[in-house]
Amino acid sequence: MEVLDRYEPLIEDFEAFRDACERPLPSVVRVNTIKTDPDRAREALAEAGIEVDPCEWHPGLFRLPENQPGANWPYYHGWLHGQEEVSAVPATVLDPAPGDRVWDACAAPGSKTTQLSALMDDRGLLVATDNNLGRISALRSNAERLGVTNVAVTREDARNHSLKPWESKDYDAALVDAPCSCEGTVRKNPDTLDEWTIEHVEGIAGTQKGILRRAVQATREGGHVVYSTCTFAPEENEAVLDHVLDAEPCHLVEYDLPLDHATGVTEWDGERFDESVRRAKRIYPHHNDTGGFFCAKLEVTG
Amino acid sequence: MNNSEHDGQTFVRLPTDPNDRVHEDQPTRDELLDWWRDRFGISREFLAEFSFWEKGRGKVWAFHADTESPVRVEGLGMSVLRTRGDHWKPTTNAVQRFGHRATENVIELTRERAEAFVAGEDQEISWDGDWGYLIAAHELAGDREPLGVGLYLHGELRSQIPKGRRRDL
Repeated sequence: MEVLDRYEPLIEDFEAFRDACERPLPSVVRVNTIKTDPDRAREALAEAGIEVDPCEWHPGLFRLPENQPGANWPYYHGWLHGQEEVSAVPATVLDPAPGDRVWDACAAPGSKTTQLSALMDDRGLLVATDNNLGRISALRSNAERLGVTNVAVTREDARNHSLKPWESKDYDAALVDAPCSCEGTVRKNPDTLDEWTIEHVEGIAGTQKGILRRAVQATREGGHVVYSTCTFAPEENEAVLDHVLDAEPCHLVEYDLPLDHATGVTEWDGERFDESVRRAKRIYPHHNDTGGFFCAKLEVTG
Repeated sequence: MNNSEHDGQTFVRLPTDPNDRVHEDQPTRDELLDWWRDRFGISREFLAEFSFWEKGRGKVWAFHADTESPVRVEGLGMSVLRTRGDHWKPTTNAVQRFGHRATENVIELTRERAEAFVAGEDQEISWDGDWGYLIAAHELAGDREPLGVGLYLHGELRSQIPKGRRRDL
C-alpha cells in the first residue's frame, strides 16, 4: 500500500483514500439492455429473492447485497454482467449512437465492449481489438452470452491497428481503456501493488501513448476518443494525454460525470502538462465507494 | 476463394446466388432466412437486417453490420447455426437472442423442468409438435424467455445446453 503514498500531494483527505483502499469492493452488476431492461431485470432478481439497489448515477447498474447466490435466472439469460461501478464510466462518456462505427482498442475481456454494443442498440460496426488469444476467447464468450451481434473481434497490437478489413473508413468514435499498472483495482486485488515498479509505469506509458495516438489517427474529424485507465499514476494518465495532444490533431473536451471526482493534474514530479488536462477526471475510491479510475474525452480536429 | 473453407479465421459471406456456393452444402442467404421462418416462425424481415457469414464448413454467423467479404478476423457477430448434416442446429446464444420472436416449435417448460434443462438433463415430456430441434423456454418476470435448444425424439427432450453454460439454479 505504501506505493500509493506518492499520491498524497494530489489527494484531498488522504486518510479517507487509504482507508477506502483497504476495504473490499461492493459487488455491482450491469443490466444488459440488448436482452432486457432494468425494471424487468430487477423483477427477475426479486423473484430469486435478491433485492438490489440501483447506483444513483446509472439506472442500469445494481449493487448486490452481500452473500447473494452466485447463480440466478437473470444471469443465466445474459441479462446481467458483473462489472465494477467505475468500469461503466468510459462507455457512458463515449456514448456511441446506434449505427455508429466504433473501435474498442483494448477490448478483452469485454465488459466495456458489451456495454458499448448495448449503447449502440447492437447496431452499427463495433470493432474490438486485443492482442491476447486467451483474453479474446473470454471476450467472445462474454459477447455471445450477452447476445452481442454487432462486434467484430480482431487480434492485433492496437498500435498497428489496420482499417483494411473495414473498408478503410475512419471510426466515429474510439475507446482506449488502456493496459495500466492497475493501482485503482487494489480493493479487488490487494496483491496488485506487490509487483509495482516505476520502470513498469514508465514502460507501459509508452504503450499507452502508442495506442492512444493510433486511436486518434483512426477516428474521423469531429469524432471522439475516450481514454481511460484504472490507475492513479500521472505518468500513465495526464502525461499520456499531454504527449498525444502534441503529437496528433485533437483536443480535450469537457464532459459531465454525475459521480464525485477530482480534476486532472497539471503538474507532477517536476513536469508541467498542458492546462487542458484538467478536463480529465480522477475518481478515487473514497469518493463514491468504488475502485479508482481515470477518464478523459478527446475530440479529433483533423 | 475456394481455399477459404479450410482457413479457420476467414469469414465468407453466404452467397445470394446458388451458383456461387464455395462448397456443395453451403446454404444461400435465402435458404437460411427461409429456414428460420419455416422452423421457428422468425420473420425474414427481422433477420434481413443481419449479414450472414460462414467460417470453416457449416458454421454460420450473424453480423448486425456489414463489410466486404471475405474478412479475416477472430470473430464476426455471433455464431448462430450449424448447417453440416441433415438437420440444421441453432446455437444456444442465437436462440436466446432471436427466440423471443419464435412462434413455431417452442416448448414451454415449468420452472422445475427449466431447472433440469439448464442443468443439462434429458427428460420425458409429451409434445405433439414436430420432432427435432426445438426452442425450450420458460416464464421469467412476466414474459416468455428462451432457455436454449432441445432435441425432441421419442417422448424425450434432450438438453443441448453446452457444458460450459449449464447451471444448477
